Amino acid sequence: MALDKPYKDVPGTTIFDAEQSRKGYWLNQFCMSLMKAANRARFKADERAYLDEWAMSEEQKQAVLARDLNWCIRLGGNIYFLAKIGATDGKSFQQMAGSMTGMTEEEYRDMMIKGGRSADGNRVIGEDGDAQAHRQPQGKAGQKAGA
Amino acid sequence: MARITASVYTSHVPAIGAALDLGKAGEPYWQPVFAGYDFSKQWMKDHKPDVIFLVYNDHATAFSLEMIPTFAIGTAAEFQPADEGWGPRPVPRVIGHPDLASHIAQSVIQDDFDLTIVNKMDVDHGLTVPLSLMCGAQDPKTGAWPCPVIPFAVNVVQYPVPSGRRCYNLGKAIRKAVESYDEPLNVHIWGTGGMSHQLQGPRAGLINREWDNRFLDQLIADPEALSHKPHIEYVREAGSEGIELVMWLIARGAMGDKPPKVAHRFYHVPASNTAVGHLILEN
Repeated sequence: MALDKPYKDVPGTTIFDAEQSRKGYWLNQFCMSLMKAANRARFKADERAYLDEWAMSEEQKQAVLARDLNWCIRLGGNIYFLAKIGATDGKSFQQMAGSMTGMTEEEYRDMMIKGGRSADGNRVIGEDGDAQAHRQPQGKAGQKAGA
Repeated sequence: MARITASVYTSHVPAIGAALDLGKAGEPYWQPVFAGYDFSKQWMKDHKPDVIFLVYNDHATAFSLEMIPTFAIGTAAEFQPADEGWGPRPVPRVIGHPDLASHIAQSVIQDDFDLTIVNKMDVDHGLTVPLSLMCGAQDPKTGAWPCPVIPFAVNVVQYPVPSGRRCYNLGKAIRKAVESYDEPLNVHIWGTGGMSHQLQGPRAGLINREWDNRFLDQLIADPEALSHKPHIEYVREAGSEGIELVMWLIARGAMGDKPPKVAHRFYHVPASNTAVGHLILEN
């Protein structure tokens, strides 16, 4: 019998469950290695060569090189692991989280200062909130895309 | 015998630690966050515990995907602040209480909660940010936390995390364990993490002020009912990382059966991506 996964219909959200974890094992373990200063230095010196030391898929390596966190998450990455890449790049959690919305850093920061993103319209796929697929990317990037 | 006299609940946002460590606490953005803890720092001095039992989650720091314990109790003599990628936080090492920790492990496991016993682990911002908020900035070399701390790490990284119900009942088992310890120690239990926040995907930045405040109300007045809240409601209403709030139910379950005294309550949006919630409850 299939497991109950009621979290599959939350818009703009990937729950890191056993299935995702299995998919992203080496991607996340690579991230983990960046907790050592010596490894961060080696990664920065030659990212591609460092990535090639890991049993990651080519697509996972491309997603890391592109610093596309949404792409990394689709491929099994988890934000707490991926944060080690951001830390290596000198980015804060806010910069990392914001990068996944399409908003600029300033737009995202302003949204947070104004009280954050509302849950209204963003609870279930198919509503009309700003996290829904048909409203991506957000911020000015979205206005440009729609123009 | 030892007693749990109070519980503390607080968010453990990493940016709060960074703001303190980089001397930004007085900036207009951060000032209201730290102001919410002015009372708490004084309260800590007036109600100094002998031991803090600190419930938090490891953020892919001590536990990679190699091992994912659902509940892990730190029984070591000391724990070093971890390098999470930005370098270790400049805060004092954490002194443990191996004797009480082992006692609690033995009692709680015999009560059917299968803890993982950890004799070596570094502790990340989940544990050190609450200490900084409650005790103020401390020099990493000459400073010290006010008392020994027992780290208690809960898996909230890989789904499924333990249910609110499981956490609440575990809290009760921890209370029983503490009360069977012979030495007359004054123990505080802290539940950390939350409140509403989501750090991933197009829905990043979700905050739910109304839901958070209802959670605080219910945590104080009716934790039994709150403990039945299913995971999916946390995810939908408080964001994928808001699920950290199940850890608050461990601390609440460890409190006495009578209604607690609410010594302090604070709520502020935002700290980085997160709604900051904070409560001090006394038995």
